[in-house]
Amino acid sequence: MLLLALDTATPAVTAALHDGESVVAESTQVDARRHGELLLPAVDRVLGEAGVKLDAVTGIVVGVGPGPYTGLRVGIVTAATFAAALSVPVHGLCTLDGIAYAAGQAGLEGEFVVATDARRKEVYWARYADARTRVTEPAVDRPADLAERVAGLPAVGAGAVLYPDAFTDVRDALPQHQSAGALAALAAEKLRTGGEFLPDQPLYLRRPDAQVPANYKVVTPQ
Amino acid sequence: MARRTDEPLVLGIETSCDETGVGIVRGHTLLADAVASSVDEHARFGGVVPEVASRAHLEAMVPTIQRALKEAGVSAKDLDGIAVTAGPGLAGALLVGVSAAKAYAYALGKPLYGVNHLASHICVDQLEHGALPEPTMALLVSGGHSSLLLAPDITSDVRPLGSTIDDAAGEAFDKIARVLNLGFPGGPVIDRYAREGDPDAIRFPRGLTGPRDPIYDFSFSGLKTAVARWIEAKRAAGEHVPVPDVAASFQEAVVDVLTRKAVRACKDHGVDHLMIGGGVAANTRLRAMAERRCEDAGITLRVPRPKLCTDNGAMVAALGAEMVARGRASSSWDLSADSSLPVTDTHVPGAHGHAHEHSHDHDHFHELSKDNLYS
Ligand SMILES: [Zn+2]
Repeated sequence: MLLLALDTATPAVTAALHDGESVVAESTQVDARRHGELLLPAVDRVLGEAGVKLDAVTGIVVGVGPGPYTGLRVGIVTAATFAAALSVPVHGLCTLDGIAYAAGQAGLEGEFVVATDARRKEVYWARYADARTRVTEPAVDRPADLAERVAGLPAVGAGAVLYPDAFTDVRDALPQHQSAGALAALAAEKLRTGGEFLPDQPLYLRRPDAQVPANYKVVTPQ
Repeated sequence: MARRTDEPLVLGIETSCDETGVGIVRGHTLLADAVASSVDEHARFGGVVPEVASRAHLEAMVPTIQRALKEAGVSAKDLDGIAVTAGPGLAGALLVGVSAAKAYAYALGKPLYGVNHLASHICVDQLEHGALPEPTMALLVSGGHSSLLLAPDITSDVRPLGSTIDDAAGEAFDKIARVLNLGFPGGPVIDRYAREGDPDAIRFPRGLTGPRDPIYDFSFSGLKTAVARWIEAKRAAGEHVPVPDVAASFQEAVVDVLTRKAVRACKDHGVDHLMIGGGVAANTRLRAMAERRCEDAGITLRVPRPKLCTDNGAMVAALGAEMVARGRASSSWDLSADSSLPVTDTHVPGAHGHAHEHSHDHDHFHELSKDNLYS
């Protein structure tokens, strides 16, 4: 097994190779405005470090969000195109699950929430029974509106760090953005145990901002 | 071994607006032109919604690549390069195509060519009428552009002579169609009504045609307002609005200015070929008037078939093939989508002029979008 994992749903541009046992190489750069530029060079670097060519990969793992759309699509279309060109499967995972898994690897136990920045004063979030078990569907909400549901729970991720009023037990020493290494490790574990994956389609959670125009504006001065 | 010719086999990807296009060409020969359009999803909004377009590109990308390969009957491993529209266009939409092209080129071990959308609109005519004369004069008209360009070398030297100072020609068609309640997009429906109307029924203004106006620039905003006011006056007076006459007279005003300025540019620069491209090039009145005026002026007119005039991947592949044929430098793996790529940048060569070399830190970057990056 040799998995290439990618995720561009958080400010991190992250790629990693995982051989089924452990992470072989990883590149993670935090730069929310350059996902499109940085991802391919990151993949190239990771493969170079491992001394393998892309066609040695047996599967592609991709974080399908939720995340800010423009960046999110970079990772997904890259993963889908790699998979099509190489004729290997692509395994989608919820981005929040990768962050939860990383929190578990870092020692967090029991119940907690993961929240990332959804911009527009909202967070993408989900609740976990433990690092491998998500118990709510990923959602997008204003922090104030979910304060009651997350109060007192340990909270992980940049969305939690941003809104300490709502997330009262923020663990800001834990990874705040996605790590493709953790995502790949989660995927490897699921592949071994027969766990389920998501299709390689983005979790947008919001409809596009688009308004059906009202009747056209009259131009004749009244 | 598969049969090879010396002409480059290139796959081109276009996602600058609402069409997901993948084309494959061998030199000047069109092998495939697969297009998935999201135009129907935009119709009720009366214009292209960037986020709707970007979502549709992502869904259509891989299936459209596969459809093009099947249509062309070629194997991806035989490609000599992958070309992609790097700009100008909608930032989020471009980014889907650029990311896909990079992944595809990287996975196949092929050189990548980030190319200019406007130069591609010109170069597509090589698939229809053979090698472009050098120089070529080009009039590009669509919902996104209205430009007069002089192209001494389509791979390296494209010079802007003039462009619209307000609305694109196609936008004016959309807006007038909306005032007349004819739906979106406006071009084809106005063209249809105009055929039954009198182009001389109403004398609408010709923008920027005064003696002191810029010779090669266009303006359609004043025309649009004049047409809307004329219609509103009729409606206010309780009179019937003669849609065919309004459509024909409006269209005549647009087409008159476009062709007059294009022919003038050819004469001024001693160019005996005019190429017309972009979605509005499908307009039957534009074709007819351009033909007549070019003939009168001794200019050879080249207009590709309508499907090659609207946005498509074949035009990108055509320019990519020309880049390969002329040995132009390929792009780097950090190629970015540039929504405002200048028309003078016919392509985006890599920092070291080599696709398989990556620069570690790149201290300049293009703003992907002003306020829409995260939405
Ligand atoms: Zn175009």
